[in-house]
Amino acid sequence: MSALLSVADITVRFGGVEAVSNVSFDVQDGELLGFIGPNGAGKTTMMRVITGLVTPTLGSVCLEDWDLGGLPVFRRVQRGLGLAQQIVRPFNSFSALDNVALAAGQHHTARPMRALFSFRRARERAKARELLKLVGIDHVADSMPPSLPLGYRKRLELARALALEPRLLLLDEPLAGLNQTEATALADTIADLNRRGLAMILIEHNLSEVMRICPRLLVQDNGRKIGDGPAESVMSDPLVRSAYLGTGEPG
Amino acid sequence: MGYEITLATSMCISVVFALSLNLITGFCGQISLGHAAFFGVGAYTAALSSKAGLAFPLDLLAAAAAAAVFGFVVGLSSLRVRHDFLAITTMGFGFLFLGVVRQQDWLGGEMGISAIPGSGLSKLGYLGFAAAVAVAVALFSAYLKRSWLGFSFAAIADDEDTARVVALDVARYKLLAFVLGTAIAGIAGGLYAHHVRFISPDSFGFVESIAVLSMVIVGGIGSVPGVVFAALVLTALPLWFQVIEDYKLLLYSALLFIMMQLCEDGIGGLMRRLTQGRRRTT
Repeated sequence: MSALLSVADITVRFGGVEAVSNVSFDVQDGELLGFIGPNGAGKTTMMRVITGLVTPTLGSVCLEDWDLGGLPVFRRVQRGLGLAQQIVRPFNSFSALDNVALAAGQHHTARPMRALFSFRRARERAKARELLKLVGIDHVADSMPPSLPLGYRKRLELARALALEPRLLLLDEPLAGLNQTEATALADTIADLNRRGLAMILIEHNLSEVMRICPRLLVQDNGRKIGDGPAESVMSDPLVRSAYLGTGEPG
Repeated sequence: MGYEITLATSMCISVVFALSLNLITGFCGQISLGHAAFFGVGAYTAALSSKAGLAFPLDLLAAAAAAAVFGFVVGLSSLRVRHDFLAITTMGFGFLFLGVVRQQDWLGGEMGISAIPGSGLSKLGYLGFAAAVAVAVALFSAYLKRSWLGFSFAAIADDEDTARVVALDVARYKLLAFVLGTAIAGIAGGLYAHHVRFISPDSFGFVESIAVLSMVIVGGIGSVPGVVFAALVLTALPLWFQVIEDYKLLLYSALLFIMMQLCEDGIGGLMRRLTQGRRRTT
């Protein structure tokens, strides 16, 4: 069975700096992969390679056998990548509901001329309301994003990404900036989405939540992959403990 | 009565012209400081093609097509630059248009083109035609704003990078905004050419670009009724009061400054807040 996402031999160089060095990994359909590493490990660079914001020096990224090389961000999203960004950027002039409804209407907006002749939004708004309910913020559906607290905007970002019905959802530090209660609640929502069959890559610094919900971990340090496997065994690896936690002796 | 008909026709043409810029700047967030050039392309195309024998209103279609071609080219630059740089690029196109027109004998040079054939309609009939075009463009704008195209334009105006994350082909959308907006500006230019029957480069300069931008800003960026209202008032005032015509650039710039400082969403936003306030109190 071929992998849902296949990242092969990715190397990224910025001038003389090698941000990612020959990293490969797969994500299977329905899998929740925790992607961790200390600051400067190259996690966000790898995420940007997958989304198309950074062009790798070497290597390839395939989604369901589609080579994503050279495709711009919106084409990758159309092919089935969903993205919830670390720094949330909702459309501030739209209500929370319309933020999600726009994404839910991607069949209307795939081509501008089709968008010109599409008018009704009721179905997409109903779907948006369902998704806001799923992430627990349907009671603020008509609010404008700038008036919402960060925890709500993080959930709005998640609902907007879900509205695109992605095959694979990339979550870049969704728990950052949240208090422990909010972080636990959002992590529970992520785990619940995964139980419904959605494949996800979760980049996160909140190690306790990652360990709690991710069966498999990928660890990167200084641009190199240093661990990949079941969460417990990866975190007991001395090399990972040394690099990531600063404890234990490297082997 | 003749003067009133002429004034009303000018006001209708201004409504079409202002709504064309509203589509690009108001709906899609792409600033343009050279919009009068597209109005000029339309006017020159209509003038030359009608002199060559193309019947009215077919020459208006030629005007729309010519302006849209230039709009497409300038729209390509909107894919590479944003905000202030796009403003400078579009302003540069406006000056380039004037520079070329002034130097070309076949375009009449500084003297412009005179004796442009009339529409074949009476003055009142032409007013009716211009009013019908203005109403059609206003209805199209209102429809477009409520369509998924308008929804997508609004998303791009809000945040281009986020628009890409929700699968929007931002480049195509921006190009379409430029093509549609400049095509309508071309129609406005064609209407103008048949209305005044004499055109020269002076009618399509920087002052006209600022004047039409003022109509959009004062009316409220993206608001169709607001922009229609502002276009009607700001066209009538200089024709009624000579002092406003004499100090047009100064007054319009001051108006732009005041609106940006005090009422960013213009008359449209003001009307919206008033009606929402009234609904809340009832």
